[in-house]
Amino acid sequence: MTMMSPMQTNPTTAAATMPGTAEPISIRAAGFDGFYGSFQALKGISLDIPRNQVTAFIGPSGCGKSTFLRWMNRMNDTIAGARASGTLTLDGEDILARSVDVVDLRRRVGMVFQRPNPFPKSIFDNVAFGPRLHWRHSRADLEDLVEQSLRSAALWNEVKDRLHASALGLSGGQQQRLCIARAIAGGPEVLLMDEPCSALDPKSTASVEELIRELRTAYTIVIVTHNMQQASRISDRTAFFFEGSLIEAGQTETLFTNPKSKQTEDYVTGRFG
Amino acid sequence: MATSAVAAPTSAARGTPIPRSSRDRSERVVKSVLLSFSLLSIVTTFSIVVVLGIEAWEFFTGFPDKPGIGLVPFLTGTEWSPLLGGEQKFGVLPLICGTLLVTVIAGAFALPIGLVTAIFLSEYAPSRLRLVLKSALEVLAGVPTVVYGFFALAVITPALQRFSDAFGTWNALSAGLAVGIMILPIVCSLSEDALRAVPQSLRDGSSALGGTKFDTSVKVVLPAALSGIMASFLLALTRAIGETMIVALAAGSLAQITMNPSNQVQTMTGWIVAIFTGDAQANSVEYASSYAVAATLFLMTLALTLAGTAILKRFREEYE
Repeated sequence: MTMMSPMQTNPTTAAATMPGTAEPISIRAAGFDGFYGSFQALKGISLDIPRNQVTAFIGPSGCGKSTFLRWMNRMNDTIAGARASGTLTLDGEDILARSVDVVDLRRRVGMVFQRPNPFPKSIFDNVAFGPRLHWRHSRADLEDLVEQSLRSAALWNEVKDRLHASALGLSGGQQQRLCIARAIAGGPEVLLMDEPCSALDPKSTASVEELIRELRTAYTIVIVTHNMQQASRISDRTAFFFEGSLIEAGQTETLFTNPKSKQTEDYVTGRFG
Repeated sequence: MATSAVAAPTSAARGTPIPRSSRDRSERVVKSVLLSFSLLSIVTTFSIVVVLGIEAWEFFTGFPDKPGIGLVPFLTGTEWSPLLGGEQKFGVLPLICGTLLVTVIAGAFALPIGLVTAIFLSEYAPSRLRLVLKSALEVLAGVPTVVYGFFALAVITPALQRFSDAFGTWNALSAGLAVGIMILPIVCSLSEDALRAVPQSLRDGSSALGGTKFDTSVKVVLPAALSGIMASFLLALTRAIGETMIVALAAGSLAQITMNPSNQVQTMTGWIVAIFTGDAQANSVEYASSYAVAATLFLMTLALTLAGTAILKRFREEYE
């Protein structure tokens, strides 16, 4: 069994909780700066993301919300010239350190993309992809794991009779739920979702949103969305980004009904963006 | 009419209208020109096949003055000795064997190396190195095959002879390796195209699940590009089967059934060259045999091409 390599642990932040609540912190950013070459895409972000809640990132295009998300599993590593400074931790362990085992980090922090991107393989092989990378399973265990993941993604009943058919035969919404099943099959703690419904029709969007609400009991979910109704429907907390800065973050209801910042108010009331 | 700030275009009022008949006429002319050019290529292809067929038919069924060889003896005969004194024998199997031996050697050399290079170029190489390697491959693709034949005789064969005395001046291995070098750029560049056509989103999906670059390349990108890679293999093998100059120079001129790469072999193309470079009288049986051999070769490459098309159709990857 390939287990995670030890990440650098910072004892002062390891047991951190949300101020004023008992929620443990999953991901914490403090004074986080992100750059593409000389362009600073993220400016001094400080944000705590509580465990087992849905945190939505909202803001106009180009505000840095997706970039921030992609730092949380180091997907930006593949982009030439991308670098970051400041603090970004997962359970108190530094995400940005050179010594971090990125493979293990990504096992712990799953990601769902804007457009469904199932591999041109069978439904089963798509879900089994992550587990097969990280563990040696018996066939029975693997079948069990695939079933559990598909059930968690609310897709099992639709695909149980065609597990070995191509994933590309599924509808867009089913494909996206398959991608969620694939992301959770590896046993992550955190799920990052980058506008997961933007390529879906309203009905599929509804099914994926319902799924996200259910998944929060088991996973910490961070979702980037353009759709403010969606943010208010599915998230517990919301963070508003504008031009690379975090303008305001807090309980979703508070942020939408009683924002502290004028910019947030203008954005959530649809005056710009 | 109310006055408007936006002026309507007035050209319609100024110009003379182009009559519909004139438009229709030019459409018809263009259509017939295009049609006749496409017919030209079809007619050319067909006439080649027809000529091959007629001449081969005569070879099988009989000439005005002498009997034919017959289709079954031709396809099943294990001896090809049309030029030696005594009884002429026209069994095509030794020629097919020579062709296959050279093709198998070329494929065994070029397909793995070409595929690995393509994976490196598409998934690993930094863009500058990729450009350098791509141009090197393009140079390789531009070398005339006679140069490869020469290279086989002057470089590969002497090198092989250092390892073993079994290798004569002409041998299948040397020719096969040279053919392999010749088809390498085809495998490499077409496979690379297929690999690069795999959408980035699949690579991202794999890395986001914790896949390493190797995992991503081998478990996601390679299977996704498989149909294109298979097509590149088949095209390269088709080229290897039809390759003439290299085998004419380096493989030898003794048609025999052998699997030993140090032996000399004659390929189907090698025989046709031998006939048309003056070893046979025109209108002799051995002259006519070249048509039968050419028709066989044509059918073999046609089968490969059809197989390639079928594979592409059957395994065509849709990414979304």
